[in-house]
Amino acid sequence: MAYNWNWGVFFQDAMFGPGTYLDWMLSGLKWTVVVSLAAWLIAFSVGSVLGVLRTTSFRFLRGVAATYVEIFRNVPLLVQMFIWYFVVPELMPKDVGRWMKTGMPMPEHTSAILCLGFYTASRVAEQVRSGIESISRGQTYAAYAMGLTEVQVYRHVLLPMGYRIIIPPMTSEFLSIFKNSSVALTIGVLELTAQSRQITEFTFQGFEAFTLATVLYIMITMTVILLMRVVEGRFRVPGFIGTGGR
Amino acid sequence: MIEMKNVSKWYGKFQVLKDCSTRVEKGQVVVVCGPSGSGKSTLIKCVNGLEPFQKGEIVVNGVSVGDPGTDLPRLRSHIGMVFQNFELFPHMKVTDNINLAQVKVLGRSKEEASEKAHSLLERVGLKDQAEKYPGQLSGGQQQRVAIARALAMDPIAMLFDEPTSALDPEMINEVLDVMVELAQEGMTMMVVTHEMGFAKKVAHRVIFMDYGEIVEDATKDEFFGSPRSERAVQFLSKILHH
Repeated sequence: MAYNWNWGVFFQDAMFGPGTYLDWMLSGLKWTVVVSLAAWLIAFSVGSVLGVLRTTSFRFLRGVAATYVEIFRNVPLLVQMFIWYFVVPELMPKDVGRWMKTGMPMPEHTSAILCLGFYTASRVAEQVRSGIESISRGQTYAAYAMGLTEVQVYRHVLLPMGYRIIIPPMTSEFLSIFKNSSVALTIGVLELTAQSRQITEFTFQGFEAFTLATVLYIMITMTVILLMRVVEGRFRVPGFIGTGGR
Repeated sequence: MIEMKNVSKWYGKFQVLKDCSTRVEKGQVVVVCGPSGSGKSTLIKCVNGLEPFQKGEIVVNGVSVGDPGTDLPRLRSHIGMVFQNFELFPHMKVTDNINLAQVKVLGRSKEEASEKAHSLLERVGLKDQAEKYPGQLSGGQQQRVAIARALAMDPIAMLFDEPTSALDPEMINEVLDVMVELAQEGMTMMVVTHEMGFAKKVAHRVIFMDYGEIVEDATKDEFFGSPRSERAVQFLSKILHH
């Protein structure tokens, strides 16, 4: 294969703007991390609320949460990205829609964060629900039997164990959000993948650009995995082996 | 103290409780026995409203359990319950398990609750285990902690749902000893169990259930003596002869 490897490309002055192509990559890295973390905040909080609602004794709330989950996990992420960026402003009241298109700071990034966050929330909700449902019925009985209210049962018994149980699958969701953030390039967010593509177009050194992007993605995900391992160790319950029944 | 009148309960079309009526007076120990699937666990869970029932009435200390207006958490906080599988909360230390409802339900201070926890742990012979997690204790120890946890609420009655069925044989007595002591102190108790030794020792009355019905409701002497239903005779012969 006739390909001229040139790792020096990253130190060349970029086609436009100050700095080198390496600066482009680092800027892409920054936006990947910022968009993903902001989206994760939404996903974790909204997903937790929905997951809890799916298990409560209120049928109406269970229905609302189930409907949310089915809508958001059944529509492709790419389609959702377009909907948030192109369609949502049109559906809003006129003034809000106009503001979203012209006044809102960084509309691409905001749309991407909302999209990724609310999409991942549907997945987090299912993890939270499965965590809660894996706790044996007897634990709930015992908690109610001592006079706790439903809110207290969740706060002190179901959620502390439920979250511990779902740390491994939640790690996967946390990783997915970083990888899925690359879809944001389709609406113009210059994150890591977008920058790699841009460098490829300007320099034809695509192998270098995407190799570096790959390395940077792996560094992010490895960091997440290590972090979650620390979390898992920190919350390990001494002597606890099984989950559901005994 | 506990009064049940014609309690019936269905799971879908299947009737698990059929017209059950009985009462437990203050200071009485009533043992509920019967083959598995006879509805005894369901019956005892109806007493504190953990299981809803569709017909009849249960009145505990003057409060109707089935009444939609009843403050169930408040009622339950006065009734201790001990379960077959202990159901200690695995992520909390032994003391925190005992303190949780004292603080969150009764509004006691942390110090007050801990003091109570320690005296109760001493009483059930586990004062050295206070800082351990449930998973680090044996089954018998866990069940004794569960009893201490229920007693910490100063209950007016205690419900036991097969408290020794999940225990290894050598641990059954350490739990029964605590229960016998409790009975002798005059605690009102409703106990679902197959431990007929316990029944003979401390029970005032024995209830025998089969197919969701209370087949026999007799004093201890009557139950273990001569006149009783054929089904109870069969049941007793099966569990006493080995």
